[in-house]
Amino acid sequence: MTVFAPPASRLDAGADVRSRPVPWPGMLWVTWRQHRALLITVSAVFCAAVAGLLVTGLRIHHDYALLIACRPAGSPACQGLSDFFNSTDWHQGEFAHIAVQAAPVLIAMFAGPPVVARELETGTYRYAWTQGIGRGRWTVAKLALLGSLLTIMAFAISQLLTWFFAPFMTTRQLTDLTPTVFDTSGLSYAAWTLVAFCLGAFLGTLLRGTLAGMAATLGGYVGLAAATWFYLRDHYPVRTFWPMQLLEAGWLLILSAALIGGTIWLVRRYAA
Amino acid sequence: MNIIETCELGKRYGTSWALRDCTLTLPAGHLAALVGPNGAGKSTLMNMTAGLTAATSGTVTVLGGHPAGSPAALNGVAFVAQDAPVYRNLSAGDMLHLTRNLNQRFDTSFARERLADLGIPLNKKAGKLSGGQQSQLALTLALARRPRLLILDEPLAALDPIARQDFLAAVMTAMTDDGVSVLLSSHQVAELERVADFLIVLSRAQLQVAGEVDDLLAGHRLLTGPTAEADECGGRLTVVQTRRGDAQTHLLVTTSDAAAPVPPGWESHQVSLEEVVMAYLRSPGVSQPAPLTRVQRPQPTEATR
Amino acid sequence: MSVLTLPAQPGQDTAPPPVPWRGMAWVTWRQQRALLISVPAVLAAVAVALVIFGLKAHHDYAALVNCPLNQGRQSGACQKLFSHFNSTDWPLANTVSILVALAPVLIGAFAGAPLLARELESGSYRFAWTQGLGRERQVIAKLVLVGIALVILAGAFGGLFSWFFQPFLWTEQMNRLTTEGVFASGGIVFPAFTLVAFMIGAFLGMLLRRVIPALAATLGGYLVIRLAAWGVRKYYPLAVVTGNSKVFSQFGTPSVPGYPWILSTWVTGPGGQPASQSITNGILNGPPGGSVPPGYTEWNRWIPLTHYWPMQCIEAGWLLVIAAALMAGTVWLVRHRAA
Repeated sequence: MTVFAPPASRLDAGADVRSRPVPWPGMLWVTWRQHRALLITVSAVFCAAVAGLLVTGLRIHHDYALLIACRPAGSPACQGLSDFFNSTDWHQGEFAHIAVQAAPVLIAMFAGPPVVARELETGTYRYAWTQGIGRGRWTVAKLALLGSLLTIMAFAISQLLTWFFAPFMTTRQLTDLTPTVFDTSGLSYAAWTLVAFCLGAFLGTLLRGTLAGMAATLGGYVGLAAATWFYLRDHYPVRTFWPMQLLEAGWLLILSAALIGGTIWLVRRYAA
Repeated sequence: MNIIETCELGKRYGTSWALRDCTLTLPAGHLAALVGPNGAGKSTLMNMTAGLTAATSGTVTVLGGHPAGSPAALNGVAFVAQDAPVYRNLSAGDMLHLTRNLNQRFDTSFARERLADLGIPLNKKAGKLSGGQQSQLALTLALARRPRLLILDEPLAALDPIARQDFLAAVMTAMTDDGVSVLLSSHQVAELERVADFLIVLSRAQLQVAGEVDDLLAGHRLLTGPTAEADECGGRLTVVQTRRGDAQTHLLVTTSDAAAPVPPGWESHQVSLEEVVMAYLRSPGVSQPAPLTRVQRPQPTEATR
Repeated sequence: MSVLTLPAQPGQDTAPPPVPWRGMAWVTWRQQRALLISVPAVLAAVAVALVIFGLKAHHDYAALVNCPLNQGRQSGACQKLFSHFNSTDWPLANTVSILVALAPVLIGAFAGAPLLARELESGSYRFAWTQGLGRERQVIAKLVLVGIALVILAGAFGGLFSWFFQPFLWTEQMNRLTTEGVFASGGIVFPAFTLVAFMIGAFLGMLLRRVIPALAATLGGYLVIRLAAWGVRKYYPLAVVTGNSKVFSQFGTPSVPGYPWILSTWVTGPGGQPASQSITNGILNGPPGGSVPPGYTEWNRWIPLTHYWPMQCIEAGWLLVIAAALMAGTVWLVRHRAA
């Protein structure tokens, strides 16, 4: 049996084993195809939420306009309008608000952990992490794409909700700094969504399982939110809306970056 | 160029070593067969060479000195893991597209042609393909990357005999056409004898044999002679394995000199690759590393019929 | 799929084997160990927090009740207690009640969806379903054993939450009946919702055969059932109708927690005819306890607080029917589906 002398192969002509890095746009299609179901579901939920908030919000604003224009104030007819606004309209507003607040962690729970954990669970990391792009870039690209999309959607929803909820600020005597309102306005909501996603990705990678990652993400997020609500916010050095928003968004962003860094570190360290 | 070079490579999981003190050099242009019993460390060695696992001790470099797992290594090495992992919910066509997007080099037309030849439909989910088809799909994706080194972990396991021949034929074609070097692990030693020109034997996490098949076959002989003289004869030679019967004893010995005289009353036969491999596997303490390194004094084992 | 049948040997017992409950208990425990440890652990941790916070809430509430607020003498100290309770204790309790409303589906989804789907996804059903016990009996045993465990846990947790929330029943006209977060998070309805969520998860897991989609679908299905329950609750046949009902003013104070659920109100004039709109508005929007003009009657259709348990039984009843139907559906899928 003779040894094959390597012939002049198609690679040799100008072949460069020190490679140019694999171009990033390839990861766009990869992320889309592998997370298609998630992306479609999240987009559908987003569109439904936007439609719902718009339709309901227009009606609520209309009812409120009628209410404050009602004369004479205090008459039974005006009182009837007020009762209706404070019951039916308020229930819808409350439900919308609660749903919007619960959404980030529920969506992040499904979006974050599977990115790495599913590959580990099914063994397909043995394919994905031996491709030319390398496991580090693969992870960063996926997390950046999914995380950015979720954050942008969250920001849009929070702005829409702020408009939607405006009449109730007066009727329920709420302020910008009321915890539930603060959570869903400005930059806070988008930042919390991002941190939920990064937490999911990190915990899924750490625990090497999707279900465990989901449960841990839920617990971790609730813990972080509770700690912020009942402790951290009291210790902010600022007390007005925008400075507090910037501060909170700031530390959430730093935490998100740390979680992503931690995820990548875990991925690099992973030994088959 | 050395396509794979390891230096005292070792991997420990917890307290047990899956591979230790593995020093081997595989020159480019070979098809290396990696054989050994289950748990010997074959997959560990392959995982480390492919960059999936980091070594606990020692080093492994590929493609002429690039550290395993580095971007240059990933670019030039294609790995098909055991049971050919593919995304079960993606179609074969999607897998092509995916692999193209994850690598710099991808020969899409070659991949499509090959899948068509094999009768693997592009729009069927990979999880619905048979085990053999999944193996072929994974190999197609790996070959289409036009790698310099192809690492295949037990690729023949799910294939029927005809498919195994076709698979090996495809691998050989890649070697001749593109100069791809191949590291392939399998239990089917007899089949590999036709294609492999380099042999690596692992046993109990240690490297036993690493060398070109021609040299190995030329360097071993089977001596058959009367049992009464076996000890005296064996004492003067380097014995790998002794098979002692009531009347006759077979000694598989290494010969540094092909013209060395055969003791009177003894016969000398050439050995097949399978016989060499089986002899070493049954003699765990014995090793025959690459010819340039020092040969250790072996401790022969005995097997009575 | 063809079925190979052997002719029954004379005298051979061909009846299927009974479920070895003890054996299946061990199998279920070993397979669902992670779940059966983590769910009680998490519930225990939350329970500890509820107990701590609940004791504080009960203490604050007792102080509030003893303050003569409802007798019109509003001292400064009483006002402080009142506003502290409303601004600190109440928002926390409200948040907790929302989380507790999600608890059934989280427990049920995480327990139910992977129960069968995981075996299908990983291929290990090929071992489990070819054992002597047979797939149906295994599935029945798992559903029953895990279901019972969840019902017990949820019942205890729901009871704890009811105790915890008791001081807050009078805030914002909360009452045990209409407030979604209260009625459905205690009594026997809470474990019923948990069981339903579990069965939804198991059914969808068997239907969709993949864990994550089943989880997501379970969340959606549970939301539908919660909304349906909220909508249908007012139609339970337990309402009473009374006239001249201006007595409702006595409710809604700290010392009398809870407010009955008023479904509808109307006014009739002399001779039993419906009163005019202006008079109706005047009566209904007038001060509580105010008098009704002679000849007119204010009618209320309402559910008294004493009907809490009958309401619970009706709701738990139809939830259990749904749970049983889902369980039957799951077993049917197991029997008839070639994996």
